[in-house]
Amino acid sequence: MVGSVSKMEEIEEGIIEEFALFDDWMDKYEHIIGLGKELPLIEEELKSDDLLIKGCQSRVWLHAKMENGKVIFTADSDAIITKGIISLLIRVLSGQTPDAIINTDLTFIEYIGLKEHLSPTRSNGLVSMVKQMKLYALAFRTQQNG
Amino acid sequence: MSELLTDIDAIRAQFPILSREVNGKQLVYLDNGATSQKPQSVIDAISHYYEYENSNIHRGVHTLSQEATSAYEDVRKKVQKFINAKHDHEVIFTSGTTGGINLVASSFGASLVRKGDEILITAMEHHSNIVPWQMLCERRGAHLKVLPISKEGEIDIEEFKKLIGPKTELISLVHVSNSLGTINPIKEMIEIAHAQNIPVMIDGAQAVHHTPVDVQDLDADFYVFSAHKMYGPTGVGVLYGKEELLNDMKPYQGGGDMIKSVTFEKTVYNDLPHKFEAGTPNIAGGIALGVAIDFINSIGYEFIMKHEAELSRFAVSQLKDIAGLRFIGTAKERAGLVSFVLDGIHPYDTGVILDKLGIAVRTGHHCTQPVMNFFEVPGTVRASFAVYNTKQEVIKLVEGIDRVKRMF
Ligand SMILES: Cc1ncc(COP(=O)(O)O)c(C=O)c1O
Repeated sequence: MVGSVSKMEEIEEGIIEEFALFDDWMDKYEHIIGLGKELPLIEEELKSDDLLIKGCQSRVWLHAKMENGKVIFTADSDAIITKGIISLLIRVLSGQTPDAIINTDLTFIEYIGLKEHLSPTRSNGLVSMVKQMKLYALAFRTQQNG
Repeated sequence: MSELLTDIDAIRAQFPILSREVNGKQLVYLDNGATSQKPQSVIDAISHYYEYENSNIHRGVHTLSQEATSAYEDVRKKVQKFINAKHDHEVIFTSGTTGGINLVASSFGASLVRKGDEILITAMEHHSNIVPWQMLCERRGAHLKVLPISKEGEIDIEEFKKLIGPKTELISLVHVSNSLGTINPIKEMIEIAHAQNIPVMIDGAQAVHHTPVDVQDLDADFYVFSAHKMYGPTGVGVLYGKEELLNDMKPYQGGGDMIKSVTFEKTVYNDLPHKFEAGTPNIAGGIALGVAIDFINSIGYEFIMKHEAELSRFAVSQLKDIAGLRFIGTAKERAGLVSFVLDGIHPYDTGVILDKLGIAVRTGHHCTQPVMNFFEVPGTVRASFAVYNTKQEVIKLVEGIDRVKRMF
């Protein structure tokens, strides 16, 4: 479990280094847009209403499953910038243990200057998505222990 | 009368916020439909009130209370003149447009709407002019009827006539649409409704700062608006209602100020307007609303309308050649805003990038989800203008959109 936490930190470090290359906001956002375009989409048939997290501005779909003690997330959004940030969150959180997911506070978002996107006032669905990811992790842990 | 202020630089100089930077760029504020900025005089009025006059109104014999009461009540007379109401007691202070609509839905509804009755609204209403009616209909077993709109975002008068029936108790419609800019032919619609003795309430939230409103000439039964969209403070609004209708309605909330006498057996309600103004109001805000009206009058509607029409025309002419840009709302009669979508680019994404460029626009559904569903878009980008906006700002918006298009 300790190993898994440090693995998560390594990934976060990697993202911080990746973003350190950009000294102007345009380059940074172009990168996020690129990530958003690359993110594997949830297949249309999976984009059902029960996967939908309603942000006021953009919509987010989130799917979670448990594989070998790790939570696997896939997600999608109709807005590309939201999707780019989702792709970072997935990179960090998907494939981690429920405990690691429950305990993280995702500080890397602040380091790379994207904290504003995780503000509840943005109403882009991201805050609710992170909350939902943690809830999934909690549910999987309960299942495991039960 | 002193000379009118018609120099844009001088007008802009009155708005301290316009000189601030956002994300390292000079602010370009094009979200006036959400709320307008406030001139120094309005800001000063609020602090002056708390520094010099603060006390409760309608209650004290002491000097401060007398002064505050008369300052507040003077604004009622100013609003009366502003919208040309017959009596000053037909002006009810509220917390805003939403507050006014809820007051009417609740009080008018309680007295006059019965099971099986119908309330008619249009398909372009703000949620504020939908939900209170839905709630009323649910409570009373009444039906909410919706007048559809065309692809241009206009209503059809013939369709309107067909939807009015013997069961229609009230019609509530928006004067100027906040998501489409459409100016509805409310005078004609009110006349049609009155031919069948149906009262009409007008949501003027997006109208009063763009065009002069004469409630007697319109013959509106109720007219509501918010101070904060007309250069005034948030948390204050006006409900105008015809005396006879307001007298027939039950009070909205109970409390201090709205009573003549209270015993545990019986309360005698106060007369208009106080009957509808329970509790201590937003006194500073009310006084500042008066100053906002002075600000509008210092410029005059002739200039305001000419300037904003010019800006809208200019914006349309500049934006229409952008490939992949589609206007949402192309009514012949429009006011003060352009609403559009970019092919393949989500409005949220557009808003984020424009914000980075210091340009404030509104993106999303603008509290009119049914309109978005009708046009099958997740939302739009809306640039809405005020008297202090300039063509240079429109050009910055157009350049911003070019930038957005290159990034996605
Ligand atoms: C047409 C319309 N009606 C009602 C409202 C609600 O106004 P308020 O939030 O000030 O009560 C708005 C504000 O966005 C509006 O544009």
